[in-house]
Amino acid sequence: MSRLEARFAALRAEGRGGLVTFVTAGDPNIELSVEILAGLPAAGADVIELGMPFTDPMADGPAIELASGRALAAGQNMVRTLAMVAAFRKTDNETPIVLMGYYNPIYAYGPEKFAADAGSAGVDGMIIVDLPPEEEAEFSIPARAAGIDMIRLVAPTTTDERITTLVENASGFVYYVSVRGITGTSSAAVSDIASNVARIRKQTDLPIAVGFGIRTPSQAADVAEVADAAVVGTAIVEQVADALDDHGVPAGDVIGNTLGYVSQLAEAVRSARDGNAL
Amino acid sequence: MTETLNTYRAGPDENGHFGIYGGRYVAETLTPLLREVEEAYETAKADPAFRAEFNNLMTHYVGRPSPLYFASRITEHCGGAKVYFKRDELNHTGAHKINNTLGQVLLARRMGKTRIIAETGAGQHGVATATICALFGIPCVVYMGAVDIERQKPNVFRMKLLGAEVVPVSSGSSTLKDAMNGALRDWVAHVDDTFYVIGTVAGPHPYPAMVRDFQSVIGIETREQIMAAEGRLPDTLVACIGGGSNAMGLFHPFLDDDGIRVIGVEAAGDGIDTDRHAASLSGGSPGVLHGNRTYLLQDDDGQIAEAHSISAGLDYPGIGPEHAWLHDSGRVEYVSATDTDALDAFQLCCKLEGIIPALEPAHALAHVLRIAPDLPSDHILIMNMCGRGDKDVFSVADALGVEI
Repeated sequence: MSRLEARFAALRAEGRGGLVTFVTAGDPNIELSVEILAGLPAAGADVIELGMPFTDPMADGPAIELASGRALAAGQNMVRTLAMVAAFRKTDNETPIVLMGYYNPIYAYGPEKFAADAGSAGVDGMIIVDLPPEEEAEFSIPARAAGIDMIRLVAPTTTDERITTLVENASGFVYYVSVRGITGTSSAAVSDIASNVARIRKQTDLPIAVGFGIRTPSQAADVAEVADAAVVGTAIVEQVADALDDHGVPAGDVIGNTLGYVSQLAEAVRSARDGNAL
Repeated sequence: MTETLNTYRAGPDENGHFGIYGGRYVAETLTPLLREVEEAYETAKADPAFRAEFNNLMTHYVGRPSPLYFASRITEHCGGAKVYFKRDELNHTGAHKINNTLGQVLLARRMGKTRIIAETGAGQHGVATATICALFGIPCVVYMGAVDIERQKPNVFRMKLLGAEVVPVSSGSSTLKDAMNGALRDWVAHVDDTFYVIGTVAGPHPYPAMVRDFQSVIGIETREQIMAAEGRLPDTLVACIGGGSNAMGLFHPFLDDDGIRVIGVEAAGDGIDTDRHAASLSGGSPGVLHGNRTYLLQDDDGQIAEAHSISAGLDYPGIGPEHAWLHDSGRVEYVSATDTDALDAFQLCCKLEGIIPALEPAHALAHVLRIAPDLPSDHILIMNMCGRGDKDVFSVADALGVEI
């Protein structure tokens, strides 16, 4: 059983939805980023999405774009991102890590080599925003061979017919992008999320995580009630940014801010279905 | 090494690929939309009413056909090939860009879209989009890099006069690529009512093919005009390349004519051997950006490098995927000209021909000035004068150290 399968099975057994946390690898600098990553499981992250910084993150809003910029300025690159995962795996062999980002840095690394190196580093899944199923073969074939799940994105604009194509070779989980737009902007109504999750559920047994526009503990809790997991990204990345001065240098408690917010999110998500049970 | 193909004009395949280039590398939210654009375009292309409306406005609004002009004094100056200019700078709005914006806005109307967005570098595409939107009374939002806004003030004011909203983009290098990111982010948030008018032969399928088709009027007219003037097809075609739409428009109708030498001129900025240039083919490598696989300026980690050129319209770290394919297949030669080369050509063209060229075609002219002297006097060379230089006089004055 893969780490993702095991984690979602455990969540099901606990009767609760999961919390997926996004942070950008190398933000605000390499050292603190390693510390944040290491602290996420204890703070309550069930699955970790680790952003691979890219100069042109077209699906992301300003917060995540700035995080990418800070990471790149600090010297983060694909080799270091994989090294971070490998280091994390020395002490945690259970928390799934999904790399999220854009295709060009993977293509530049060499798709086959990246798949192999990511597999041996302990990466569990890949979310590549600009790599649709029609274009992915050169990467997805070696990735699957390395035991890595290709996480598919479904958007509000995705037709039922298209969902069939998307879930065909999907594994790990399905990521429902709940808003029409970039990360960290608007939020979708829970009723709208629920009906779309149901629409996807008709076509796959894979867990469904919902992201984009989920900022607060209460929003995360609401989403975790209707989906298998809630993904929070921008709001966590903003906690990192809030502890920096105007030049991006840490001026406050970066680790405490960030992990503290993750704890609040985790607490809310964990108590979400208790209410239902009562 | 290079294998000669039966045709260089059959692409792309049904998934939008030109060899390994092109494709549709976009976020899932945009996928249904791109299929919608593709289907609408295929239907429109086959519809005589659409073509009639397009052709009518091309004649009476844009002012086509643009002349094919024998540049006698440049020819005399070079003392070699006969140099012709395809005068696309005489189009309404002063560049070739309007050929494409007219086509795309007509398509957007057919699709029932009520809002238009565009990206712009030099501002020519933004002006051409704003113009057609004014013509049809459609709201228009143009994304433009903050650096470009500064160096292309006249075009920014033109767009505003035409009723467009100009949104400054200050991420990354604050130039054309960042403007394109801005437009893509807008589009993904307004998929229902908005049509994205891409200004060059790049982006996800079907844009590279669609923009090429709208711009091909340049080459189609040129064929007829040179037959009328010289009784034969030309020997050499030259055009500048940023994304590559004016070049593709001129080249495409000639690609299957054996023996015609076709040359694209990229912007070499301070020089290809420096890190300040915009020559994706000569100085870049294949990658994926803005919806397609093509040659890009990038580092070893796949991070996109900033492009540099005195010409805002060529200041883009990528190039249309069909050019990438034509480069690899060897059918088209790609060379480059530096900022200095372009500035020299710009001034010479003003003095010898009474034509103030845009800095973009000044790059093409710089290469013409390099090769024409060594060619025989019966050699016919056609260069696409794709834009006029009124917008550039401030940048040129600045580069020459002149205070206006």
